Amino acid sequence: MLYSILTVVSRWAIPVLLLGIPLYGQWKKVPVYEAFVEGAEEGFTTAVKIIPFLVGMLVAISVFRASGALDYISRALTPLTSYLGIPSEILPLAVMRPLSGSAVLGLATELMRVYGPDSIVGRLASVMQGTTDTTFFILTIYFGGVGVKKYRYAPISGLSADLSGFLASLYICHRIFG
Amino acid sequence: MLNIVWLVLLAVGIVVAALTGNIEVVTEAALGAARDAVQVCFDLIGVMALWLGIMRIAERGGLIQGLARMLRPLTVRLFPGVPHNHPAMGAIILNLSANILGLGNAATPFGLKAMKGLQQLNEGREEASTAMCTFLALNTGCITLLPATMIGVRLSFHSANPVEIVGPCIFATSISMIVAVSLDYWFRRFSRWGRRN
Repeated sequence: MLYSILTVVSRWAIPVLLLGIPLYGQWKKVPVYEAFVEGAEEGFTTAVKIIPFLVGMLVAISVFRASGALDYISRALTPLTSYLGIPSEILPLAVMRPLSGSAVLGLATELMRVYGPDSIVGRLASVMQGTTDTTFFILTIYFGGVGVKKYRYAPISGLSADLSGFLASLYICHRIFG
Repeated sequence: MLNIVWLVLLAVGIVVAALTGNIEVVTEAALGAARDAVQVCFDLIGVMALWLGIMRIAERGGLIQGLARMLRPLTVRLFPGVPHNHPAMGAIILNLSANILGLGNAATPFGLKAMKGLQQLNEGREEASTAMCTFLALNTGCITLLPATMIGVRLSFHSANPVEIVGPCIFATSISMIVAVSLDYWFRRFSRWGRRN
C-alpha cells in the first residue's frame, strides 16, 4: 500500500511541479517565462564552474578503479568481513560508494546480473546503494562550486553517515532476508 | 583532507597498475575520465537550468518563502545562522525534499544553489561555515523514502518484488540521518572545529 503510494508520487512529482509552479506564478502575476530564463541562467554558470573539480576527482577515482587496486583491498579485508558476515562480493561496493556514483551503480548492476536481484547479495547491494551516498563527490562539487577549501568536519560527519547506513543495511537485510 | 585523498587515489592506482604490468590502463582511464567529467557537467547544465528556472518562478511568486516560513521551527534549530527568509533556506528545503523523494537529479541543482547562498552568508571565506557542514551532513545522511534508481535496476533484472527494498532503505537511511545530525550537532557544540565561527 505504502509502496504503491510512493511509486505514484515519484512518477507524478515532476510533471505536477512543472505544471503547478508556472500556473501558480501566473496567478501571482509573475512574468513566468522571463523568471524561468533568469533562473536558468544561474543554473548554467554554476554547472560550468564545477567542471574543473569534477575532472580532478573523476580522473583520480578512475585511475584507482582501473588499476585493480580495489580487488587487492577487498582481498586483504576478507578475513574481517567474513567474520562480520559481509559477503565479499559487496565489499568493492562499500569502498567505492563515497567516491563515485556511476562506478557503484555499474558494480551493483553487475552483482544483480550475476547473483540475481532476489539473492542476498542482490538485495544487500540494492539496499546499500539506496542508503548511502557519494559523499566525496558531493563535497567536491558543492564546496568546489563556491570556492570553499577548508571543509572542517564535513567529511567526517558525511562518511560516518555512509558507514552507519552501510552497517544498518547489513543488519536489516540479515534480519529481513537472511 | 581532500588533497591527501586525491593524491592517495592517484598514487595507489598508478603504483598498483605498474606492479601488475597494467600500466597502459592508467592512461586510458585518466583520459576517459576527464572526458566523462565534462560530459557529466554538460548533462547537468540542462537539468540545472530547468530546475533553477522553475525555482525562480516559485520564488518570485512567494511560494518558496511560504514553505520556508512553515518549516521554520525545524530549520531554526538545524541552521541557526541562516535567516529563514534568505534564498539559501528555500534551496536547502528543496534539496532535502528532492533527496527524500529520491529525485536525485533534481537534488543537485538545489544543493548547488543552496551552497551559493550559504557562501554569501559566509562572506566568501575559504573555510566552510557551520551551516554548510550541517547541510552536507543532512544531504549525505538524508532519509530516502523511494530509492528510485535501484528499484529500476531490480525491475530490469526481473526481480519478483522490486520494491521490497523500500522498507529496509527507510530504516537504514533513518539510522544514517540520526548519526549525521547528532555528529554534526556534537561537532558544532563541543569540538575544537565547532567553536571557530
